[in-house]
Amino acid sequence: MTATDPSQTSLQLTADGQLRHFLTLDGLNRALLTEILDTADSFIEVGERSIKKVPLLRGRTVVNLFFESSTRTRSTFELAAKRLSADVLNLDINTSATSKGESLSDTLLNLEAMASDMFVVRHSQSGAPHFIAESVTPGVAIINAGDGRHAHPTQAMLDMLTIRQHKGGFEGLKVAIVGDVLHSRVARSQIRALNELGAAEVRVIAPATLLPRDVESLGCTVEYDMTRGMKDLDVVIMLRLQKERMEGALLPSEREFYRLYGLNQEKLALAHPECIVMHPGPINRGVEIESAVADGPQSVILNQVTNGIAISMAVMSMAMGGQMAERSRKLAGRARG
Amino acid sequence: MTALLEIDRLLDDLEAGLRKKLEERGVTSPALIGIRTGGVWLADVMSKRLGLQEPWGELDISFYRDDFSRIGLNPKVKPSSLPFSTEDRDIILIDDVIMSGRTIRAAMNEIFDYGRPASIILATLVDLGARELPVQPDVTGRVLALQSHQRVKLRGPDPLHIELQETGH
Repeated sequence: MTATDPSQTSLQLTADGQLRHFLTLDGLNRALLTEILDTADSFIEVGERSIKKVPLLRGRTVVNLFFESSTRTRSTFELAAKRLSADVLNLDINTSATSKGESLSDTLLNLEAMASDMFVVRHSQSGAPHFIAESVTPGVAIINAGDGRHAHPTQAMLDMLTIRQHKGGFEGLKVAIVGDVLHSRVARSQIRALNELGAAEVRVIAPATLLPRDVESLGCTVEYDMTRGMKDLDVVIMLRLQKERMEGALLPSEREFYRLYGLNQEKLALAHPECIVMHPGPINRGVEIESAVADGPQSVILNQVTNGIAISMAVMSMAMGGQMAERSRKLAGRARG
Repeated sequence: MTALLEIDRLLDDLEAGLRKKLEERGVTSPALIGIRTGGVWLADVMSKRLGLQEPWGELDISFYRDDFSRIGLNPKVKPSSLPFSTEDRDIILIDDVIMSGRTIRAAMNEIFDYGRPASIILATLVDLGARELPVQPDVTGRVLALQSHQRVKLRGPDPLHIELQETGH
């Protein structure tokens, strides 16, 4: 079950090329990524109305299945599902049945018996949402809300939406991703999306100990020196230092990391004057980023949060729509045959 | 048939019908909303003809369609844009063609999510009959009875013209 497994593409897409699960950006072409961004743009407008709701998922049940806690991501999906008029169930599995020894498959069977239509899955194991998508009842859509070190496709897409809003497109853009790439599920999805959407250069800036082996094969250049790496940048994406994932002594100290790879005003001044600053949150102020930069005029961090709701609404409605369209095609085929 | 579909005559009739209806209802400052795509072109034309000062709005009804569960989401959805609040306003809702009435049902649901309008006048350039819902235009440029192999299509925006297409079966 590697990221380039072609079966993953057919698992995510219907025969007509519509989304039916959203597990990874691998196998999704520029046209489909652009469709997700365009659809999200329309949902942003919905968020500005007096009634911020559309009836697309009315009568559907969405289960937020979080095997790893993340308040921000869960709230984003919860609000997105509610704005699509779905009923929402939030399950924090850490504190639920699995701690009583119930298997993942049994948990899922029980949830399906409650007539759930969609699972939004967050899991510390890479590939867990993929496994669930393979075993779930046909017609139920799976959305990956972050799995292990593998992918975080909605975070990457909300970042793309934020970049497109501020830069108008991706052509010619120089983008850097700075920090703990090794433990980051987002970085992989971001590199994939930026390349597919046509960015001129994707640069990762990090100490060698926080880079995966063969990182260039993901489609990026590598820079160990941040002062050199900031040159000419249009977009700088800071990653959170994954303190809870840090195994062994990959860093001399947080202070040393901040000195070398933290984003402050002096380093930002080396980039293009209109360079935007992004961060997936939650921010470790004074560890990856200086407060003056995080709250400064070039920061678009809070736009990212707003865009997260619109992207979640887009992939949820597209996947649910794809599932339902597939089912009605099958029913029509059966009626004819 | 071609003469019946002369665009300027249709627009003249639509404008005359709208003026009459606005007068009947005592509406002096209507807010105009076109349904994408053809209805938006018509909103632009009618706004000028009626001398409305306020910019018109445009609706993309993709999020309100009743066939979402059959065909999924329209991949070409664009944001709706209403540059005014619909709360307590007299609205003119305009579209190029009315048939089943489902588009208008969706459009009215969407309008209500922007606020409760005082009234809605429905104007369509062409009424093809074949209604599936109890939705009728207040003003229409022309009622047409088409053969099953015929379609009409508004082309535009500049120049605006209307085509009768023969589908061949």
